[in-house]
Amino acid sequence: MLGIPDSRWHGGERTAGGDRVAYGGFHRAAARRHLLLPALHALQDAIGWVSHGALNYVSERLDLGPAEAYGVATFYDLIATEHAPPVVAHVCDDIACLAKGASRIVDELEAALGPAGEHGDAAPWKRSPCLGQCEKGSAAFIQCAGASARSIAPVTAEQVIDIVTSGSADDAVAPTTSAQDRSDLRLLAILDDEGDMGLYRSKGGYEGLARALEIGPAASVAEVEASGIRGRGGAAFPAGIKWRAVTEHEGVKYVVCNADESEPGTFKDRVLLEGDPFAVIEGLTIAGVTTGAQQGYLYLRGEYPVAFRRLSEALESAREAGLLGPDIAGSGRTFDIEIRRGAGAYICGEETALFNSIEGFRGEPRQKPPFPTDAGLFGRPTLVNNVETLANIPAILRDGGAAYAEIGTAQSTGPKLFCVSGNVASPGVYEVEFGATIRELIELAGGVDGALRAVLIGGAAGSFVDASQLDMPLTFEDTRAAQLGLGSGVIIAFNESIDMHTIVARIADFFGEESCGLCVPCRVGTVRQHESLVRISEGGDRAAELEILDELDHVLRDASVCGLGQAASSAVQSAIRLGLI
Amino acid sequence: MIEQRISPPKTRIDVTVDGSTVSVPEGSTLLDACNAAGADVPTLCYLETLTPINSCRACVVEVEGSRTLVPACSRVAEPGMDVQSDSDRVQRARKSVYELLASAVDLSLAEPETVRQMERYDVDPERFGEGWHRTDEVKIQDDLYIRDYDKCIMCFRCVAACGPDAQNTFAIDTAGRGLNSTIATEFDVSLPESACVYCGNCVAVCPTGALMFKTEYDLRTSDDWRPDDQHVATTVCSFCGVGCNLELHVQDNRIVKVTSPMDHSVTEGHLCIKGRFGWGYVQPEPD
Amino acid sequence: MLGAGGGTSSYEEIESTDLIVLWGSNARNAHPIFFHHLMKGVRNGAKMFAVDPRRTESARWADVWLGIDVGSDIALANTIAREIIAAGLTNDEFIRHSTSGFDEFAASVEEWTLERGEEVTGVPAEAIRQLAHDYATAETAQLCWTLGITEHHNATDNVLSLINLALLTGHVGRYGSGLVPIRGQNNVQGGGDMGALPNKLPGFQDVTNDEHRGKFEAQWGVDVPAEPGWHVTQMFDAMERGDIRAMYIIGENPAQSEADSRRTIDLLEGLDFLVVQDIFLTKTAALADVVLPAAAGWAESDGTATSSERRVQVMRKALDPPGEAKDDLDILSLLAAEMGHGWGMPTAEEVWDELRSLSPMHGGMSYRRLEELGGLQWPCPDEDHPGTLFLHGWLWEDPLPREPAPFSSVEWAPPIDPLSDEYPMRLTTGRRLDGYNTGVQSGGYRSPIATGGVIDLDPVDAADLGVSDGDVVRVTSRRGHIDVVARHRDGLRPGLAFMAIHWPDDADVNTLTLDAWDPKSGTAEFKATAVRIEPVQR
Repeated sequence: MLGIPDSRWHGGERTAGGDRVAYGGFHRAAARRHLLLPALHALQDAIGWVSHGALNYVSERLDLGPAEAYGVATFYDLIATEHAPPVVAHVCDDIACLAKGASRIVDELEAALGPAGEHGDAAPWKRSPCLGQCEKGSAAFIQCAGASARSIAPVTAEQVIDIVTSGSADDAVAPTTSAQDRSDLRLLAILDDEGDMGLYRSKGGYEGLARALEIGPAASVAEVEASGIRGRGGAAFPAGIKWRAVTEHEGVKYVVCNADESEPGTFKDRVLLEGDPFAVIEGLTIAGVTTGAQQGYLYLRGEYPVAFRRLSEALESAREAGLLGPDIAGSGRTFDIEIRRGAGAYICGEETALFNSIEGFRGEPRQKPPFPTDAGLFGRPTLVNNVETLANIPAILRDGGAAYAEIGTAQSTGPKLFCVSGNVASPGVYEVEFGATIRELIELAGGVDGALRAVLIGGAAGSFVDASQLDMPLTFEDTRAAQLGLGSGVIIAFNESIDMHTIVARIADFFGEESCGLCVPCRVGTVRQHESLVRISEGGDRAAELEILDELDHVLRDASVCGLGQAASSAVQSAIRLGLI
Repeated sequence: MIEQRISPPKTRIDVTVDGSTVSVPEGSTLLDACNAAGADVPTLCYLETLTPINSCRACVVEVEGSRTLVPACSRVAEPGMDVQSDSDRVQRARKSVYELLASAVDLSLAEPETVRQMERYDVDPERFGEGWHRTDEVKIQDDLYIRDYDKCIMCFRCVAACGPDAQNTFAIDTAGRGLNSTIATEFDVSLPESACVYCGNCVAVCPTGALMFKTEYDLRTSDDWRPDDQHVATTVCSFCGVGCNLELHVQDNRIVKVTSPMDHSVTEGHLCIKGRFGWGYVQPEPD
Repeated sequence: MLGAGGGTSSYEEIESTDLIVLWGSNARNAHPIFFHHLMKGVRNGAKMFAVDPRRTESARWADVWLGIDVGSDIALANTIAREIIAAGLTNDEFIRHSTSGFDEFAASVEEWTLERGEEVTGVPAEAIRQLAHDYATAETAQLCWTLGITEHHNATDNVLSLINLALLTGHVGRYGSGLVPIRGQNNVQGGGDMGALPNKLPGFQDVTNDEHRGKFEAQWGVDVPAEPGWHVTQMFDAMERGDIRAMYIIGENPAQSEADSRRTIDLLEGLDFLVVQDIFLTKTAALADVVLPAAAGWAESDGTATSSERRVQVMRKALDPPGEAKDDLDILSLLAAEMGHGWGMPTAEEVWDELRSLSPMHGGMSYRRLEELGGLQWPCPDEDHPGTLFLHGWLWEDPLPREPAPFSSVEWAPPIDPLSDEYPMRLTTGRRLDGYNTGVQSGGYRSPIATGGVIDLDPVDAADLGVSDGDVVRVTSRRGHIDVVARHRDGLRPGLAFMAIHWPDDADVNTLTLDAWDPKSGTAEFKATAVRIEPVQR
């Protein structure tokens, strides 16, 4: 990972003559700091934890204080700083799986293996926030020392017990299926590509890149603007504005694909990356050659090992085909993509936290402004787009922005993926044109199992709606008018059998666990919110607690640094308004 | 032919604070603008000699057109900004911020300014109910300073002073995440085993007494810390030729603490181990 | 060097300069707060070079560290100069307008090719070339040094060889470019300012200049000798010859701080009469006929000190001195009265105001201004003057108001104490972060990072000698030997050992050092001793 030390001054052999010159210092260290998280990953992958000696070695090689490296290592759930067993299972007990009975798995594991571990301890299994396998109904992520990490979904308690006691695991992910007829779909047309470039190209793949190279950056930006596409990661910001801003900057710049999909109930990006990796790669390549960036990063959620393997293979195929590298498609343009793995931190999906994570710092968000388009990754102008957003880009360039703008509604253009899970007959990713209602999507997924109690849209950072709102079209404009957020396209249905106190408390717990701890409202407020909900469910003074929750809602929304804290009370407040708790 | 880098006078911009217009140099923060307008904006994590980190959110103000409140300490003022420094919304957020902190950590030794602001916003530490509270043993690992993380509000000033803003030693950093995060050495090794060089700059910037010179800690423990009986004399450190100003805090003709003025161009309040702690030779320990 | 002796630049300039050369200085340990300013410069983008036999804690922050042989500084400087000239990177207009003696200088360094430089200094030619080119082409550059340059037998030549580099490139007399010696004591600069030099009156006014001397004679009502006096090393030679029979030492501990301490003690003991005025009963005071207990200047009396950026600052009394100890000024006034001179008992401020009336560079520095402004940088001739950020701006004026600055042709000479089969190792000395000089002051607190008296060895040497970390070794030089604990240490190289000077009671390193000294500055060669190291059988 770090290579052979270039001199005795960086951990190499001492020679009898002594080395009489050393190249090092602040600037070299600053330029190499981004290797820290990959180095920690390498240690974790190889031996299952980061020991004191290993941390010191990495610190010396990177000219870092060990305390800095320790601060970074302890930020991430997937990096162990205590001697951990060779195999550790992270078992999802988040809301979508809870609706499918995850608490039973947790109970069985506690009985067989003892209590779930906390961060940094040596327990063989841990409770995990949403693993992005919601359509499977249960999931585990397995870290194996000396071998690649594995995903298992669906999973049973017996499987987990067997894996941690036997010390080995293979991938056992059920294939992505869909109840939808995919013949007319745009984004999900290919779901079994798995990195087969021939198949991708046979369906119009890389025609978008060819046209982008042909018409040049200015016209390409104009196509993206004309398409009206808004970001699909949750913030719904018009993509064209970002593309133009970054393109107009001079000097070194970057493009980043935000593939740190971690919003509970969201798994559409995983499905795209596993099934159709070239679409995202082509989208990011178009972004690179258009904005003038020579380096792209794809920040991939650490819990997506299958997507990591398929993307790695696809990138290699693209390089071999001359579609990445020093002379893209004979254009003379240079662009390449590096995958950076996250390591278990929801906050790193926030774009500025993501930059800090890539740069080798703790994944804490930065105060905005400055915005990424002015000063982003490594302080340079940076375009960040979500996986699904980028997957739309090839078609926008190939068919033109105007044609794309015809799809959907006037303000919400294009196709949209929704992640339907919970108590529905056929959970999965469904593609619709903007304008479909909540009811239509639930029906696409085979309808509700049992009587509907509530639907969570937008994920943990979203809001609950009840049966009276099912005919609301899922567009940016309609959801905004209803003071809801479309978020990342999550639709989790809960039937009457579900204890909504448990669900709401799990959401609050999620934010407490995932708060980075930087700002006071979020660091303390998210935990106080969870404590208050627990007191309500235990029969505390409801009126007094609702007052506390209201006050927390204000300070979280108004005074938190980033979107995590600002949205941490949204679902809770909506549950109170609907009388779910 | 004389070449000097003289920066041209900065352009000034106008900002409205609480209805009145103030003119500040370009590049000023909203905090500068509020101060210029005479507004009373509290700060906790902010220190003029360190890079703002925006963590405490006590300095938030309302800016016309901004969805959320914005931190005055780091937000650069733009022409025509309309700032409310103490609107109902601002007051509500600040009160909660102080209450959340006071509910989780021991603020009994916080700076007088913090105490004043907490009184101003009528802070009730009990309001958010009984719950998580820091419980840390006092770390006493040497004779120079102690660490009592029960009192730590995670303002990160110590990390900045130990690291990029002054000392560049990086002996401490934030470890862990969320409410369980804390300021720590690697693997929480003791200070003498860490990279710490005992400049004491972390102690000097700590606003809550979580970091405290051992002399002060011992006097407080024996109930003999008497600020009213102390005087401060400014002198120049005797240990090298850099010319660091020392503020000697003297009680009963004995030095009990050494600081350096934050507003002095030589030190900006920072010292090294010798200047901070090396004064023992003028006062042998009492028998 | 270029007139008044002081660093040409201010600390703030290093924060915005483009290139920093730290030469013979472990500022991170010896001058930590200066290093804060330096690191701001590095973080603002300055490229940093470090020249030091050891890869010190400071050198670790350098983009390039050049690990020279102890005492080869002039060879390196001359090689850099030659390379700058050969590559056509000189600032020709500056040289023509502001300097003299270039042609002679260029001829004197002609032999210092990169190859010769590498051979003598041990530093690869490519690194020397890089330093030369980067220094010459930087828009602004700060060349900083400390005792690694000045504690040599040829200290003055070392400094002159660095000044040559600034003159070649025009890196002096401009904001951001300068020559920065960082002083080792809090008022070594102030001592010079006050005329505590054998040839100077206060304000660097020459004792041989009738006009300068006349001012002081008129004010004081006495004749001031027109001949320069002796510096310390010359005084000890005079003691050896019997020309000095009595001595009054204020605030120095030569019995431990001078090189070849055995000889120093013999000479002090041989005096007819020795008075020592100190805050402690030092090793030197123990030899005295009369000891005058003094107040600690920085904490127990009022006064001023001048820093390495020529900043004069007021020091205020914080504590009452213990027992019978008195302010140095009061002791001198009382002595004067005993000798029949009615000075009264002037305050520090009254003495300072007299100084201001006689030393033009201090004229504008009233106590009131010094306290209000956080000090003032000399020259500051009147009370409307803001002080002076950097010196030698006159070099850039047209026409040039003074004689141009001269280049100095400087011959390299190896250290006096040669390596041999019998003494194959080079021992160099210096400060640690928590220590100070002979340890009299820094021994007074409980430093958690104190090392005690140890010798640092390169792990390769230690392995060859069969010495484990913590073993006792015998260190022998041509003058004596000591037994000391050995420590394995990064940052050295085979053949180079290091000792700090702060624990003479544990390990009196100056038993080993030699008293060869620089005839111009009087500084002894502490930095280069030839030694033999052997394990001690227990």
